[in-house]
Amino acid sequence: MNDVSTSSPTIATSAQIRKSSSPILGPGFKALFYKECLRFWKVAFQTVVAPVVTTLLYLLIFSHALSEHVKVYGGKISYVEFLVPGLIMMAVLQNAFANSSSSMIQSKMMRNLIFILLPPITSLEIFCAYVFGAMARGLTVGVAMWLLTLPFVPWHALVPDNALWVIAFAFGGTWVMGTLGLIAGIWSEKFDHLAVFQNFIIMPLTFLAGTFYSIQTLPAFWQKISHVNPFFYMIDGFRYGFFGVSDVSPWISLGVVTFFMTLLTIVAMRMLVTGYKLRQ
Amino acid sequence: MGNLEKTARALNTSTPAKIKGSTENPSVLSSAPNAIVPAVDIAGVSKSFINVSKKGDDKVQALDHVSLRVEQGEFFALLGPNGAGKTTLISILAGLTKADSGTAKIMGFDTVREYRDARTNLGVVPQELVFDPFFTVRETLELQAKYYGVKNASAWIDEILENLDLTSKANANMRALSGGMKRRVLVGQALVHKPPVIVLDEPTAGVDVELRQNLWSFVKRLNGEGHTIILTTHYLEEAEALCSRVAMLKGGKVVALDTTANLLRGMSGITVQISADAVPPAWASRGGIQASGAQGYTLSGYGELEQLLADYRAANIAVKEMKLGEADLEQAFLKLTSKEAA
Repeated sequence: MNDVSTSSPTIATSAQIRKSSSPILGPGFKALFYKECLRFWKVAFQTVVAPVVTTLLYLLIFSHALSEHVKVYGGKISYVEFLVPGLIMMAVLQNAFANSSSSMIQSKMMRNLIFILLPPITSLEIFCAYVFGAMARGLTVGVAMWLLTLPFVPWHALVPDNALWVIAFAFGGTWVMGTLGLIAGIWSEKFDHLAVFQNFIIMPLTFLAGTFYSIQTLPAFWQKISHVNPFFYMIDGFRYGFFGVSDVSPWISLGVVTFFMTLLTIVAMRMLVTGYKLRQ
Repeated sequence: MGNLEKTARALNTSTPAKIKGSTENPSVLSSAPNAIVPAVDIAGVSKSFINVSKKGDDKVQALDHVSLRVEQGEFFALLGPNGAGKTTLISILAGLTKADSGTAKIMGFDTVREYRDARTNLGVVPQELVFDPFFTVRETLELQAKYYGVKNASAWIDEILENLDLTSKANANMRALSGGMKRRVLVGQALVHKPPVIVLDEPTAGVDVELRQNLWSFVKRLNGEGHTIILTTHYLEEAEALCSRVAMLKGGKVVALDTTANLLRGMSGITVQISADAVPPAWASRGGIQASGAQGYTLSGYGELEQLLADYRAANIAVKEMKLGEADLEQAFLKLTSKEAA
């Protein structure tokens, strides 16, 4: 972008006034997004392989133990067919959250967040880099899991009826979770705070989102509770893309996901623009 | 001033020389030195922090209407005891902290309104020894260059590594580095985008003597090539040897702002420490007991020293040991900061 690339490597011409570039997402975004991806990819065993293995274990255990006992949608589809998309989405969502939240809290605790606070990177660029990085990790885990479950389940369980819905909910869901992770990372002042967020909000909500059962089998009271859980809509909509059956209309789910995308994006951007807990 | 500045900037914008991909970014504005625009211009900056404690909230005035101007090409020192506000001032320049009032400009760019341009022109070596354990030395520098939008920085990064004696560690993980090496990587990170203004916050803390010399010769070279250098340090002899101008901060206020030479001239006296069993009565109120147990005096010159020794002889007090000291920045510093406290 400047004369550094064209001039000789001496510093003789260097003490000149410079102007920063001004596209909406400039080089600072690209670099930070690249860093966010490199960060999880360097420890892929921990960030991609481990969650995939865990989820495969869930799949093996639950499909063996429950397939005879749980009937979903009046037996229209098998339990394994029902379970696989939900498990994939659950892992995708959890990993998207884990990526942005742990990256932010680690940078804060290690105090190296200064490396991105000093350069001319805008709040929007920081937001997009963290959220897209989280989406990249979530989607990587999702694709890896989809490929690895192929040998274990009937192939038609893994071929979406309507890939557009699958893609829409994968992107929307990871956006929501990446943004929520960013907010949690900025808000947390130590690892304990983040653990509270993770164990008392993210885990219960993902587990109670109808991953392992259709909420139609629940008593009316618990059905109502499930309907205020945003994770339920992400998983339900995602599953609709695979076999065209869901607890609520995918359009309603899409509306809920869009609402949370917008709300959380506003909150996260507000935090970044005002420098909440980042700049004194 | 405001108009001149605008004119200068307007002139610059109309010189789109040496721009690669100029549709996106008018990067280098001018190769002519911009004598009108100060490298750093701080005007009436105040900042207070609230210290929350069990006894109640405590307001600390970190900076109290600080105004400073550093011209382009200067080698400038910011001195002061711990808690004087040096790091707060640097944080405001870098956009890490927001001032309660006042403005700060880097190369004419406001650090709040034109923060992107201000930051593009500034390189900061932070005081804290921070690093990202995920990356190697080279990756750290490459990432930092990319954050500033510098393309093809590898030749420059090689040169930085060479000058900071880090070439052999280029592919080592940051975790594997000693404290001094991490410090040098931080210096490198501040230089990747070749900023015209470089701020070093206590850069030699924890760096051994030989490397300190290397670091200073590198920084001196950068200064010789037109970079403005601002330095905070506890080692006053460093400021004395390197810097042409000095600002002393205490309790968030500038207590002195002058050339190093003038500050030293103001301290034209000499100091003397005398070990003896007693003190001549005429000097009893002038001296002070030093840590060594000796009596320390600050004298106006050698004439007064002669008088002092004559009085010792007249009182029949044997001088066991005597040490003389020339005026240095440390004395100026102590004098100014203690005067303020009194």
